[in-house]
Amino acid sequence: MFRLIQLELQKLWLNKASKVLIYISFILPFTVLILSSIKINFFGFFTLELGELGIFNFPIIWHITTFFAAQFKFFFAIVVVSMIGNEYSNKTIKQNLIDGLSKKEFILSKFYTIVFFSLVATVLIGVATFLIGLYYSSYTEVAIIFREIEFLPAYFVKLVGFFSLCLFFGMLVKRSAFALGLLFIQYLFEWIVFWAVVENTTADIAWKVKSFLPLESMWKLIDQPIQRIIMTKFPEKQDLVYDYGVHWYEFVIVIGWTAIFVFLSYRLLKKRDL
Amino acid sequence: MLFYFSTVTKPKYNRQTLTINQKPNILDSILTINNLTKKFGYLTAVKNLTFTINKGNVYGILGPNGSGKSTTLGVVLNVVNKTEGDYHWFDGNTTTHDALKKVGAIIERPNFYPYMTAYENLKLVCKIKGVDYSKIDEKLKIVGLDERKDSKFRTYSLGMKQRLAIASALLNDPEILILDEPTNGLDPQGIHQIRSLIKEIASKGTTILLASHLLDEVEKVCTHVVVLNKGEKLYSGRVDEMISSHGFFELKTDKHDVLMEFLENNTSFGKLKVEDEIITAFLNEPLDASTFNKLLFDKGITLSHLVKRKESLEEQFLQLTDNN
Repeated sequence: MFRLIQLELQKLWLNKASKVLIYISFILPFTVLILSSIKINFFGFFTLELGELGIFNFPIIWHITTFFAAQFKFFFAIVVVSMIGNEYSNKTIKQNLIDGLSKKEFILSKFYTIVFFSLVATVLIGVATFLIGLYYSSYTEVAIIFREIEFLPAYFVKLVGFFSLCLFFGMLVKRSAFALGLLFIQYLFEWIVFWAVVENTTADIAWKVKSFLPLESMWKLIDQPIQRIIMTKFPEKQDLVYDYGVHWYEFVIVIGWTAIFVFLSYRLLKKRDL
Repeated sequence: MLFYFSTVTKPKYNRQTLTINQKPNILDSILTINNLTKKFGYLTAVKNLTFTINKGNVYGILGPNGSGKSTTLGVVLNVVNKTEGDYHWFDGNTTTHDALKKVGAIIERPNFYPYMTAYENLKLVCKIKGVDYSKIDEKLKIVGLDERKDSKFRTYSLGMKQRLAIASALLNDPEILILDEPTNGLDPQGIHQIRSLIKEIASKGTTILLASHLLDEVEKVCTHVVVLNKGEKLYSGRVDEMISSHGFFELKTDKHDVLMEFLENNTSFGKLKVEDEIITAFLNEPLDASTFNKLLFDKGITLSHLVKRKESLEEQFLQLTDNN
């Protein structure tokens, strides 16, 4: 396993473009996180301190940081599709296989790298969230700190799922740009399915159907926290209440899609003549 | 190939020097292909192909473009899926995946990561094959790239790329080296370098499988040959048996009848052909032109025309492919 990760990391690390993208995908969310946690003085007119809104309080901070950090996953998504696209355009995929890498190992080396990256991202976000929370949070009891820590594994599974989808699209079309285009088409497709179901049944059922589709299921794993922030400000408004929790079945759906995408990528490679 | 009376043009690498260290052993088969067929849609790229590669020989797969050479190699190297038939590496108990770690192969054109240096590229191959990094410098030295090992692959010329590919294929000290058109697109100097490399590697006893559409390349380098055309095997066997003769003399003399009589009674000669007073005499055994000339002179026959020729592989090849 480590051999396969090493292999892929060498390919990524020596490539300037992917190296830059990896840096960005790590540095950018942290910059945003740190910038938002400091007091910003707008030329003496007023000071903006997001900390005062209570968003850095445990346990909501887990929800907020993982949600916003997940938005930066697109940078690594580009890395994932280009690591497939490059293998095809350089024909190195063929040479790798001839050199004795099996097709299974080839896919696994990509998948393990995805898992490795997601794990590092999760650990870093976890540590950063914990430290910022300790600094700003009004509540620092252990029980409260770790109450909603399930957002971390949700973040991890969400990343792995999304990158596996990218991996599959990359294998399918062999070219990075087209693979990213496919992601957008997939997004549209899920809305088309949604509207098709709405036409024939109710919105409720349509939302349920959509939550089984790949992109929506990943989105549902960590629901948007903005409504929740507003909720805490206006506790009396009952119509704002929504289910923002992380549920086991949401994990199952995303993990299911991950398995399907990795398996399909392998099948595709196995059937293909290079 | 033409052997003229006095100006004998000898090929730079002749087969005899290649076979010195090679003791073919039928029991040591490296690759066995049985009734292999590959179809791309309606097109049959390889049709019912059967042959065996034994240890210690230099094999050529010869065929025009599109005859199924690369497809055949693709199948045994696990990048093209076969339609029918089967193949096995070594004794048949090794999986293709494990077998490929004992094989060195380069295909069509050198495929490496352009943004990595030669050394880094080979390091990657070492990781895949499970070979120690210490081999890298050794092999780069063999192909003469050790001074450029820290240059990025994309800065290499085609000849250097091809040599790097050979170094990469040699990293695991393979039992068989598979080369698919290794001199394709190279300048004469590059072709020369690659061929002397192949010669050198073969002299160390490594089995080589060389696919090429260049006849003289196969003739110069290989001991055995499989001729393919449109996916079908036309010939397989030794190269020198394919060029089945020892050559022939074209002779002209005033004493035509005396010469004819001499040739008919000489066991060195087989078939005789007369055309416009020129006698074509096919040899049964090796005989060089000057010895023959002296022999005739001693018999009192003076020649006005003497040419020794050999049927070239090209003639044989065209004959083979024409009939099909």
